[in-house]
Amino acid sequence: MCVTKKKVIAKILKNEILVDNVYKMVVKSEELIFDFKPGQFVNLYSKDKSMLLPRPISVCEIDEENKEITLVFMVVGKGTEEFSRLRENDEVYLMAFLGNGFDLECEGENIIVGGGVGTPPLLELAKRLKGNNKIFLGFRKDVYLIDEFKKYGEVYVATEDGEHGEKGNVIDLMNKYVEKADRIYSCGPKGMLKAVKEYAANNKIEAYLSLEERMGCGFGACVGCAVKIKEDNDKGYKNKKVCVDGPVFKACEVMFDE
Amino acid sequence: MSNLGFNIAGVEFKNPVMTASGTFGSVGKEFEQFIDLSSLGAIVVKGISLDPWDGNNSPRIAETYGGMINSVGLQNDGVDNFIKNDMKFLQKHDTNIIVNIAGKTVDEYKEVARRLNDTDIDMIELNISCPNVKEGGVAFGTNALMAESITKEVKSVTNKPLIVKLSPNVTDITEIARAVENGGADCISMINTLIGMKIDIHRRKPVLFNKIGGLSGPAIKPVAIRMVHQVSKTVKIPIIGMGGIMNGEDAIEFIMAGATGVAVGTANLINPTATMDVLDGIKKYMNDYNITDLSSIRGIID
Ligand SMILES: Cc1cc2nc3c(=O)[nH]c(=O)nc-3n(C[C@H](O)[C@H](O)[C@H](O)COP(=O)(O)OP(=O)(O)OC[C@H]3O[C@@H](n4cnc5c(N)ncnc54)[C@H](O)[C@@H]3O)c2cc1C
Ligand SMILES: Cc1cc2nc3c(=O)[nH]c(=O)nc-3n(C[C@H](O)[C@H](O)[C@H](O)COP(=O)(O)O)c2cc1C
Ligand code: FES
Repeated sequence: MCVTKKKVIAKILKNEILVDNVYKMVVKSEELIFDFKPGQFVNLYSKDKSMLLPRPISVCEIDEENKEITLVFMVVGKGTEEFSRLRENDEVYLMAFLGNGFDLECEGENIIVGGGVGTPPLLELAKRLKGNNKIFLGFRKDVYLIDEFKKYGEVYVATEDGEHGEKGNVIDLMNKYVEKADRIYSCGPKGMLKAVKEYAANNKIEAYLSLEERMGCGFGACVGCAVKIKEDNDKGYKNKKVCVDGPVFKACEVMFDE
Repeated sequence: MSNLGFNIAGVEFKNPVMTASGTFGSVGKEFEQFIDLSSLGAIVVKGISLDPWDGNNSPRIAETYGGMINSVGLQNDGVDNFIKNDMKFLQKHDTNIIVNIAGKTVDEYKEVARRLNDTDIDMIELNISCPNVKEGGVAFGTNALMAESITKEVKSVTNKPLIVKLSPNVTDITEIARAVENGGADCISMINTLIGMKIDIHRRKPVLFNKIGGLSGPAIKPVAIRMVHQVSKTVKIPIIGMGGIMNGEDAIEFIMAGATGVAVGTANLINPTATMDVLDGIKKYMNDYNITDLSSIRGIID
């Protein structure tokens, strides 16, 4: 049997609050096989049996040598609330690494665009991309991970009220600061991804979007996470699974609500 | 050595643990890296229709207390694609192949069954109970006359033993069970999902795009056990029981209620080795209670 993903028990090394409701958790498991691509995610499983389904959380950073994974997540419900209460030396069931991840081939000018809790998975990407990175991060109010991103490129920040960075959104910033780009990589809320797709199309730039969908299993078994992806067939699209065919798709193929 | 095997309509099963249609990928490829598929009693493939079906819009999954609601809607690539591309994969494994079939009309069901006649599959499971398709599906499974008639029609064109999968969304399940037995079913599988709904109170709208979907998981087990028990007292044909089986003890409960085989559904999504854990649990129970043959506890509840 060729085992690439696995459900294992991981140990919590650290779980700290970054800003209100956003946590940074570092987990470690010797059992995992670290064949990892930025953009991939893990499943975290609740201990509370009333919550059956796993919670998908993207990998923010990875330390292959020490078998450590950093996750950044926002508390939005019961599952993430449980994870926020985990402490050093606690254990959590985890399955990794899931999904396809970003293509890393570009060597030119990279634009990285993150929104809210969609920014964490772009950190390991920024670290591994060759070429020059311009990084645009948009938040509603509180900002996080800015200093980490600064290590890997020029960072521009936008918030709704302008208390941190500039007032506005990431598209405003891109219009202002991007002169040349070869590729765009993006993860964030749907509205932002739609705007990035449009920006990329208008400026004829290749773009990759990391999508989110409600998941049942996270590894392709339930067909719960379907999205319409353009394809050259009589219907013009095919239903693909975000959990295995994605979460990263070419922007020009994503149909959103068309 | 304990005996886990049995025979349904001439098909030998090495053990009672099967996969519930739709919860094991389309044909099980996703599980090959977690378990040895040849250790299963049978692989039951996801619902297959004549033409490819798109399924419903997302969100298609909602979690509920001890369960989930899905509105996948039988997304599949059609029977010809299955025969051409998936049979090879299934045949590599030493286990029974059961194909769950769906249709919008009786003729569609019949045509899917007909096209499977020349394949190496072992049995057909007639899905007349999916709550997530507008036409066909559950309509056939909630009316005794229609259930009997579609069973008869499909039986008349297939050369494979026929399992009919019952919907729990009826007033009297025994009436439908009797009807499909009269129609010539070789076996009954039960239960499909219960129709459910979940509302996001913050957004003030249903969580699923389709509004309603099929409830599965441990939350439905008591309903399933009750229905298997009732039906086993009503019909003579064997029953494959499912609905919330998470471990060996759950499976034993179904067997005591009257099931010959069991199918593991939602548990696969949470724990990809669930089928093997259920099988180990059954063996452990037999060992603990000195049971050498499962038939000695099958249907022992009055
Ligand atoms: C591929 C992928 C990667 C993800 N990566 C991250 C990440 O790195 N950090 C992070 O904070 N979150 C991430 N998420 C979202 C995360 O999975 C959900 O926030 C989490 O499952 C919610 O669980 P809960 O039990 O706390 O909430 P629940 O109690 O299940 O739900 C509470 C509310 O949260 C929202 N919600 C729940 N599940 C999802 C979902 N799958 N997508 C969108 N909204 C949801 C809904 O509004 C819901 O009403 C990711 C999701 C996907 C699909
Ligand atoms: C995601 C999902 C997809 C399903 N798809 C099918 C299907 O294609 N055909 C079918 O007959 N039943 C389908 N079912 C129903 C299951 O086979 C099973 O009857 C039901 O889920 C109850 O078992 P469980 O509680 O163990 O999951 C599906 C269930 C789920 C959760
Ligand atoms: S979440 Fe189950 S197939 Fe994607």
